[in-house]
Amino acid sequence: MPILEVENLSISFNQYTSSFKQNNIQVISSLNVSLEEGEILAVVGASGSGKSLLAHAILGILPDNATISGTIYYNGEVLTASKQASLRGKEVAFIPQSTNYLDPLMRVGNQVRTSVKTGDATAAQRAVFKRLHLQPTVENMYPFQLSGGMARRTLLSTAIVSDAKVIIADEPTPGLDPVVMKEALNNFREFADNGCAVMLITHDIESALTIADKIAVFYAGTTVEVAPVEDFTGDGEALRHPYSKALWRALPQNDFIPIPGSQPHPSALPTGCLFAPRCKEAILECGKKQPEMRNLRNGMVRCIHAT
Amino acid sequence: MRKNVGRKIGIFLLLKGLRMLTLLVAICFISFLLVKNSPIDPIQAYIGADMLKVGPEQREKIAEYWGVDQPVMVQFLNWGSALLAGDLGTSMIFRRPVADVIGERFINSLVLMLTAWVLSGVIGFVMGVVSAMKKDTWIDRIIKWYCYTLASTPTFWMGLLMLIVFAVWLGWFPIGLGVPVGVLAEDVTIANRIEHLILPAVTLSIIGVANVALHTRQKLVEVLASDYVLFARARGERGFTLFWRHGLRNVALPAITLQFAAFSELFGGAVLAEQVFSYPGLGQATVEAGLRGDVPLLLGLVIFSTFFVFAGNLIADLIYYVVDPRTRESRML
Repeated sequence: MPILEVENLSISFNQYTSSFKQNNIQVISSLNVSLEEGEILAVVGASGSGKSLLAHAILGILPDNATISGTIYYNGEVLTASKQASLRGKEVAFIPQSTNYLDPLMRVGNQVRTSVKTGDATAAQRAVFKRLHLQPTVENMYPFQLSGGMARRTLLSTAIVSDAKVIIADEPTPGLDPVVMKEALNNFREFADNGCAVMLITHDIESALTIADKIAVFYAGTTVEVAPVEDFTGDGEALRHPYSKALWRALPQNDFIPIPGSQPHPSALPTGCLFAPRCKEAILECGKKQPEMRNLRNGMVRCIHAT
Repeated sequence: MRKNVGRKIGIFLLLKGLRMLTLLVAICFISFLLVKNSPIDPIQAYIGADMLKVGPEQREKIAEYWGVDQPVMVQFLNWGSALLAGDLGTSMIFRRPVADVIGERFINSLVLMLTAWVLSGVIGFVMGVVSAMKKDTWIDRIIKWYCYTLASTPTFWMGLLMLIVFAVWLGWFPIGLGVPVGVLAEDVTIANRIEHLILPAVTLSIIGVANVALHTRQKLVEVLASDYVLFARARGERGFTLFWRHGLRNVALPAITLQFAAFSELFGGAVLAEQVFSYPGLGQATVEAGLRGDVPLLLGLVIFSTFFVFAGNLIADLIYYVVDPRTRESRML
């Protein structure tokens, strides 16, 4: 049974376009994704495809003007707002993107200690800093004094000390040099090997492939495909969705061929399959109705052509 | 490292001192020129009603004795060198040295301004915090409405309202002055003084609250929308813990700084409030000096208030410098 399951999740925002006109923008539509214990799921997709919002929705920290529909299950139970509040920081840990997520006026050691829920906070913080090769002096520093790598490791240590079962990491790698990046990714692998479930949100497919078990491909606010990592190979013939294939082929080490067009803006989504306007295989039926997510060859796909 | 910090603060204070010196020179020069070109005739102001008994020759003699007939620059230098020697001149209204008048009046004003300053700071800060934490609820609306109304209320008008309600209608407080009328100076008790202080102090605080409250509210709303508060919430923090750990820390410093930097408004407010309540402080002395052409006192007050406001700003800067780790520790590295 998956520890975390997201079913038909849709998120929309109420926005004032002018002082009296409200606009409802759907940023995530009928999204499905599931997370197993001991597994790393990499969520990949272009910027603006709604990846971070997925993380915020699972944690229940979306802004007030967001409307959510669909269901999230945690351990088989429906994840309600009050349940989310009690799980945050205890069973579900979040690793944010940058130093901006650390309180600028609080020493980082103290910030890590606030994540410790049981036992000696100081000892736990020192142990994790040692494990991540952070100097003992770092705990007395303020966020502005940290280098990019140090900040990343500090954020990571907040998740480690929390003993969470589910870890959601939002873009944990950009801006890191290859050595530090590898180390960070190995930490995630270690989490998973210790029985945690890890959701790795990233636009860096390449590094995601090195550690993930499954890849969920995001396009315009929904998952178009969930595939085991082994399928990302060769020309991408094992992949199920035309967008995943195109994404794979666009990588520099593969064919390096981009497809024309760009991801539609959430305020101007096409009626049928979201990818249809850019898809070479699109037929009349694709433009009518968004295809359902269906199981296919040990993965999932949202395309009527896929075999 | 500590020694290093001490030295840096020393340099910082030295630079600030230099800046204050140049500011004072400029202020002295400009106000001297302004007074010189104002329609106040120093001789007439000095002699007052006896002017009719003074002939043109006598007048010229006085002018010569005072050096008023000399070129402006020479006059300025005369005044300036006396100033440097610590002589601010003699007040024409009070017939006493200006320094004495300012000293005595400042004690009176200090009590008034300090009370108003502390009250408005504390109450305003709490109001701002409540308002931001309860953003968009009825309590936030009430606080905002109250602050906007007060921010656009002139101090003297507020003072008049307070007088009408609490002194005239209800009769709870004396109508004005710093001490009771018809009581010998040695018989005036502290209770008497406090009784006279309450209305002007409350007037000043009520007005001062708006600024701190709105500023704190805005700042805290920003802090609550920040990434680090989002992350704190993602780690399970909420409500008072969240405010205590992250909100207060990030919002207290700007509020304190603002409160010190508001010395100028405090002084300006005191001028009006003291006038309405006939409270014998610096503000009232300023109005008197201006209206009755007491040039030495007026110039003395200008210099003093410059000093006072500058000190407020200096303290604000210093607090930031010493307390905020981003400025403190980056200088240590």
